[in-house]
Amino acid sequence: MRAAVVVFPGSNCDRDLAVALEKAGAEVTMVWHKDTDLPKGLDFVGVPGGFSFGDYLRCGAIAARSPICRSVVDFANAGGHVFGVCNGFQILTETGLLPGALLQNAGLKYICKNVGLKVENTDSAFTGGYKTGQEITIPIAHHEGNYTADADTLAMLQGEGRVAFTYSDNPNGAMGDIAGIFSPNRRVLGMMPHPERMAEPAHGGTDGAPMFANLINALIPA
Amino acid sequence: MKARVHVMLKNGVLDPQGAAVRHALGTLGFEGVNGVRQGKVIELDLAETDKAKAEASVAQMCDKLLANAVIESYTVELI
Repeated sequence: MRAAVVVFPGSNCDRDLAVALEKAGAEVTMVWHKDTDLPKGLDFVGVPGGFSFGDYLRCGAIAARSPICRSVVDFANAGGHVFGVCNGFQILTETGLLPGALLQNAGLKYICKNVGLKVENTDSAFTGGYKTGQEITIPIAHHEGNYTADADTLAMLQGEGRVAFTYSDNPNGAMGDIAGIFSPNRRVLGMMPHPERMAEPAHGGTDGAPMFANLINALIPA
Repeated sequence: MKARVHVMLKNGVLDPQGAAVRHALGTLGFEGVNGVRQGKVIELDLAETDKAKAEASVAQMCDKLLANAVIESYTVELI
């Protein structure tokens, strides 16, 4: 699998994501936000966590208008796999690739801890390594993870199997306990929790590892 | 010409900061504050001198960057 990880000023999980992908067997290229084109022949683009552009204006708003993001949107619209973690999820909603928005946590606090997630849909390259309903433990670290969408969008996501993960014990007020959602073709996933921080024993757990292992298996060039 | 853009969370969108401010006002003894909504003000210094053109241009700026239509609404004031 040929993967790229986009780096913005203020990204701080870009290398974590690259390491998790490399350990699973991917060939990873880092791409700077001012680049206009993604490398040729990519199977996967990762949009990492962090505080791109200092979270100025709105989380992810400025990153979503950067030159590379136009290419990321084109890549997704052409059927490519795109993964946004935490700030990456916020960026993907700001590009319009995923619906809804991430508001400030209902409790107003930045939360950094391990949380329980329920795998809601395993019919994707991201989640095929899990079982439906499986409970996994993955860390969160965010101040704006409170997923919000209008009632029609929420019903659509739930009705079309586009909710990837829900929180077992909602930490941030997210509607429908939503922790992660898919695009209509389930090739774009945005999620607030960080599977790349729970991908090897030294992290204190490996519940994120099946995601990367399954991506590698699913996206091996034919 | 200057433009002042007011960006507010849409009605119905939870505003935890506003709720916290309302609570703090209550603890200071200010009673009767039924609700607080917190937004932001963005001032733009524009080269444009034609009012209609400036309004149209600022509306585009709001739609493309300054406000997120999913959760926010905006008003523009030319000053």
